[in-house]
Amino acid sequence: MNLLWTWLSNPENWQGSSGIPVRVAEHLAYSAATLFLAALVGIPLGLWIGHTGRGRVAVVNLVNGVRSVPTLGLLFAAVLVVGPLLGGDIAFLVPSIFVLVLLAIPPILAGAYAGVEGVDPGARDAARGMGMSSMEILFRVEVPCALPLIFSGLRSAALQVVATATLAASVSLGGLGRFLIDGQAYRDYGQMAGGALLVAVLAVLVDLVFAGVQRLVVSPGLSPIRSARRVRTRAQLAANPT
Amino acid sequence: MISFTDVTKVYLGGTTAVGGLSLTAPTGKITVLVGPSGCGKTTSLRMINRMIEPTSGTIEIDGRDTASLNPNELRRGIGYVIQSGGLFPHRTILDNIATVPLLLGWDRAKARTRAHELLERVGLDPVLGKRYPNQLSGGQQQRVGVARALAADPPVMLMDEPFSAVDPVVREQLQDEFLRLQGDLDKTIVFVTHDIDEAMKLGDQVAVMRVGGVLAQLASPAKLLADPHDDFVADFLGRDRGYRALAFAEAPELPLRDEPVVLLGSTVALAAETAAGDRWVLVVDDAGAPLGWSEPERLSGLIDRDHLHRGGTVARIGGSLRAALDAALSSPSRRGVLVADDGRLVGTVRAQDVLSAIERRPAGAVA
Amino acid sequence: MKWFLGHLDQVAQLMLNHAVLALIPLVVGLLLALPLGWLAKRYRGLYSPLIAGTGLLYTIPSLALFILMPLVLGTGILDPVNVVVALTVYTVALLVRTVADGLGSVPDEVVQAATAMGIGRLRRFWSVELPLAVPVIAAGLRVAAVSNVSIVSVAALLGISQLGSLFTDGFARNFLDPIVVGIGACMVLALAMDLAILLLSRAATPWLRTRVAA
Repeated sequence: MNLLWTWLSNPENWQGSSGIPVRVAEHLAYSAATLFLAALVGIPLGLWIGHTGRGRVAVVNLVNGVRSVPTLGLLFAAVLVVGPLLGGDIAFLVPSIFVLVLLAIPPILAGAYAGVEGVDPGARDAARGMGMSSMEILFRVEVPCALPLIFSGLRSAALQVVATATLAASVSLGGLGRFLIDGQAYRDYGQMAGGALLVAVLAVLVDLVFAGVQRLVVSPGLSPIRSARRVRTRAQLAANPT
Repeated sequence: MISFTDVTKVYLGGTTAVGGLSLTAPTGKITVLVGPSGCGKTTSLRMINRMIEPTSGTIEIDGRDTASLNPNELRRGIGYVIQSGGLFPHRTILDNIATVPLLLGWDRAKARTRAHELLERVGLDPVLGKRYPNQLSGGQQQRVGVARALAADPPVMLMDEPFSAVDPVVREQLQDEFLRLQGDLDKTIVFVTHDIDEAMKLGDQVAVMRVGGVLAQLASPAKLLADPHDDFVADFLGRDRGYRALAFAEAPELPLRDEPVVLLGSTVALAAETAAGDRWVLVVDDAGAPLGWSEPERLSGLIDRDHLHRGGTVARIGGSLRAALDAALSSPSRRGVLVADDGRLVGTVRAQDVLSAIERRPAGAVA
Repeated sequence: MKWFLGHLDQVAQLMLNHAVLALIPLVVGLLLALPLGWLAKRYRGLYSPLIAGTGLLYTIPSLALFILMPLVLGTGILDPVNVVVALTVYTVALLVRTVADGLGSVPDEVVQAATAMGIGRLRRFWSVELPLAVPVIAAGLRVAAVSNVSIVSVAALLGISQLGSLFTDGFARNFLDPIVVGIGACMVLALAMDLAILLLSRAATPWLRTRVAA
């Protein structure tokens, strides 16, 4: 515990190109780039599958399949295979981001798909009956209603990416994983534990940010708390009918 | 006017949902499609706004073949209400109601004003406009569903079991208000239900359908009860058809009797004197509206609400024979209470007088 | 392939280590999650805090948790106990919710009928609620098993010997074969555990099978 505090409170560790702020920034950059790319693929694909109902079986198998692939092995294999083709810093960056994106797509895809799939069929039917076109139904009804699950997919992907971006350090990239790997190499437990704590805190913070954005973006009509309140008002109505 | 001409729907796999249906839903009237499950009533309804495309035959609205119109534009001009309400959970009640006007390109302010107006029209408190669907009861949601369908003032409304997901008391209220609303709006309505009583109550004409989407009989409710076309229709209509048919027979001038009354809060002694030897005396309020029967012999002191016998139903003068007969049969004094439209007591009638009025009607008469 | 055939013994030994490291947390985690999930279902007020609390544990990255474990447990950094405890934490985090939702999915009528017959609370849990919740709990258990297998391999970075060691060795020597073999072995192990849980859950719920057959 002392080692941890000594490392964290040492001002030297907070400065320079390998200081904590820079590592945090690197870590966030990897994670953001990964999430962006994964969302770019996963969300449209998930919406399309949910909207048309095509390819459901493929989604389930993909999600289960990717989950069983050990990330670390995939990362190393990607770097060894792809790296020599690229050369330079990119030799490590591209395969790492590629593996992270691969990891992040299934939860995002599954969230978008399940969200659209789970929209009340009555609402969808009513939208069609009112004369909305297929695209209007998707963007005015299905997507807004699917947002809670789209967000939950994004959030679990974000957690996974922030956690796994740590491994990028093991293929000589930056990010908070550096402290874990370097600490290991120098037998510096304080640095390892400090880095670990920072990653954990960062993961929680990222999740909180997403939770905040979700609160702003998702219609309050979709939050389950409100339905709880409805149950209560119903109970009150039943108690004293007017 | 909506007309089906030899419309057939055969699903993939060969099930015939609707077989050669021809019928007309007249302008400004409620046409109810009723039948057991699998009779193709919902399929028939959904073919009108092309949610389902017919396999063959034509459906015309005011002489225009729906197949020639753009489906989305067609639907925007037709109100559509479904059983589960189908409200958009992510939009407030007002925004739900304003959906079609906005699709049609109305400006926001106008659409919102219209939504407000409709909220009140369907009997909802305007404060509910800012809430979300999951904060409303089932009955309230269903009212919003009706308001939303009415928003762009479409001449035609399609309603698919709109009241079957709510409890019987609320359903009754919704039906009454729906009839009141239709009294003002005169929409051309096609209404699907599996509940024969609802069909009888709401329909100007009722189409009884049998499995396979074949029309068994199309007639007014009174005609159906008086003259079912075959055993299937008769069975589907159920028991007590003679009695239920009286609901559609307007009562002629019935021989009314003056009924001695006492005001609520009178002394029992006064009530006994008014009764003049009869066991029962009718109690009214200050406005002359009947409140219930009282039995002075068994009371003392003042007559208050708790003493009133409330078993008797009250019939409106000029109402149906069924209501008048029921008022007489259910009254503890055997005298049926008749009131004017404003609720004031007009007089009482005896069951035998109602029966002779029924007897005097021509044989086989239909309202 | 040649490398694989030449190192069969080593791969088998690593796979066994891997399986043990993934399995113990699964069993312990399930045993801990059952009472916690029951509490979350039984006392509605506990549901949100329990789910949120365990969910928070799930946000901690695995490598970080492995490294932080010695601070809590007083173990050495190379001690496999760190991995076992950390994975147990994840398993509990995942399963509390599943158990609570699984128990929640048992039809109320059934529970009430059992109560009306005079079956006591504990007995009702074991003989009625738990068996009926098996399909939901098994689904959660399968997810936990598969992700445990993947997470265990990360511990190789700390020098704990299992299939992940093939990744670190291969990477250090710039040699792809062991990495590929490691990935394959991990997936086989994950699949085997997944299948085992599926079969166990089927065996525990014979009434679901007869319905399918009918």
